[in-house]
Amino acid sequence: MISEGKKTLWNDYQKEIADDNYFYARSCIRQNFFPGAEKTFLKILKEELKKDVYDDPRHTTCTGIAYHSDVVSLETTMTVVARQFALMTERGYRNFVPSCITSFGIYTEIMELWEHHPEIEDKIRHLLFKATGREFKVPANLAHSSDIIYKYRNEIAGMSKFKLINKNTGAPLRVVEHIGCHYARMFPHKGIGGAEYPCVLSGLAETFGAEVIDYPERRACCGFGFRQYVIQANRGYSISCSKRKFESMAPYKPDLIITNCPGCPYFLDSWQYVISEMEGKTYGQKGQGIPVLTFEELSGLMMGYNPWDIGLQMHQIPVEPLLDKIGVEYQQDDKYCDAQGRTFGKPVIPEMIKIC
Amino acid sequence: MNSFGFEIQKDNTIEYDKNDLSLAAFVLKHEPSLYNCIQCGSCSGSCPASAISSYQFRKMQLLMRRGEIKNLREDVAHCLLCGKCILVCPRGVNTRNVIRQIRIALNMN
Ligand code: SF4
Ligand code: SF4
Repeated sequence: MISEGKKTLWNDYQKEIADDNYFYARSCIRQNFFPGAEKTFLKILKEELKKDVYDDPRHTTCTGIAYHSDVVSLETTMTVVARQFALMTERGYRNFVPSCITSFGIYTEIMELWEHHPEIEDKIRHLLFKATGREFKVPANLAHSSDIIYKYRNEIAGMSKFKLINKNTGAPLRVVEHIGCHYARMFPHKGIGGAEYPCVLSGLAETFGAEVIDYPERRACCGFGFRQYVIQANRGYSISCSKRKFESMAPYKPDLIITNCPGCPYFLDSWQYVISEMEGKTYGQKGQGIPVLTFEELSGLMMGYNPWDIGLQMHQIPVEPLLDKIGVEYQQDDKYCDAQGRTFGKPVIPEMIKIC
Repeated sequence: MNSFGFEIQKDNTIEYDKNDLSLAAFVLKHEPSLYNCIQCGSCSGSCPASAISSYQFRKMQLLMRRGEIKNLREDVAHCLLCGKCILVCPRGVNTRNVIRQIRIALNMN
């Protein structure tokens, strides 16, 4: 296939991203999976790019996982989302920035629904007012946090201490990416590069000097799939889907997987361990796994943040081989210590997958 | 190996680039009426062999055309060559000759 024409076509998929004054909505699960990612995003925006970001402690889950698992109804989800918009409105913000791709999909879907069905919006306004006495404005701009990082990628790269270049060979690191289905699959025009040639992550990686590989299953689901994972008996569907992606990317010998969504890094990271335990199979070099980073963690790492301060010790697949390739210095002894130097316990060493 | 309470499923991806499509090409060359098949399944519905085994003409020829031929020999061995499928086929596929050509290709005659 000649992909150049297609790439040009999908290049038309661009979007408006607000310059400043963001109302940030955290993810309900990311802080458990990769607790440093959101903190790193806020640090980059506030301290490096000097942006105004409001991180409201009153906001809640968007209910996205429960909605997609058919546990809560759309009406409930819309009312919860309306409350998030009310918090934004009360604080005087109009630019809504969710940290989670599932949330981004939920907000996009609901805003689109209200645009076409104003009577549904009216009903939700009524329900929210009745329940909480709150009113809201619909955001003027909705952008996922990866959109903001993408918008300022050149500034971030300009401030960065490292590049995605192998310090020993001088060759660009080989990167594969996964944007998360709800970023552009439902509404391709809401994602940079659309659904087929998304460049929100690949563009960032290229700005850091990497070689991005368009592996065959790049557009396939990471395997999270909500009910595929939430119900234990269904987890075979989840891991099989992730396995297909690993099989597809492994021949290209990637040094790193970059991801968007809270679910994607978790599953692409943890299922590598589970597959190694179930089948003895590993996908990285020398019996190791392929390290997985979120776009915030990658940006923070490039800016020279201490890898243990941005939570990279919480990854199932150790990141040290990647750090060594980039030339990031780290203290192995500090890996499982908190900011005060107190140890918080080491994980059990896996049987099958090489950790270093 | 550890048990996690669920299984990794076998991948069902059809690898057209890697699969052997030569047998399908041979059959289609010698019985081109198979090109007319619309996958309606009437053949499988009328087949006495499919009533007593997992063999089905429609499924078998579809897999063969995709190059998924691992179980083909075992599959076509079930056919009685009774010709009921020819009678019901709305597209005039000479199904019996399709089976025959497969058996020739697999040296089963
Ligand atoms: S000829 Fe074979 S395939 Fe056709 S109906 Fe008879 S047994 Fe079934
Ligand atoms: S009856 Fe004829 S058209 Fe229908 S599936 Fe069988 S061979 Fe194909």
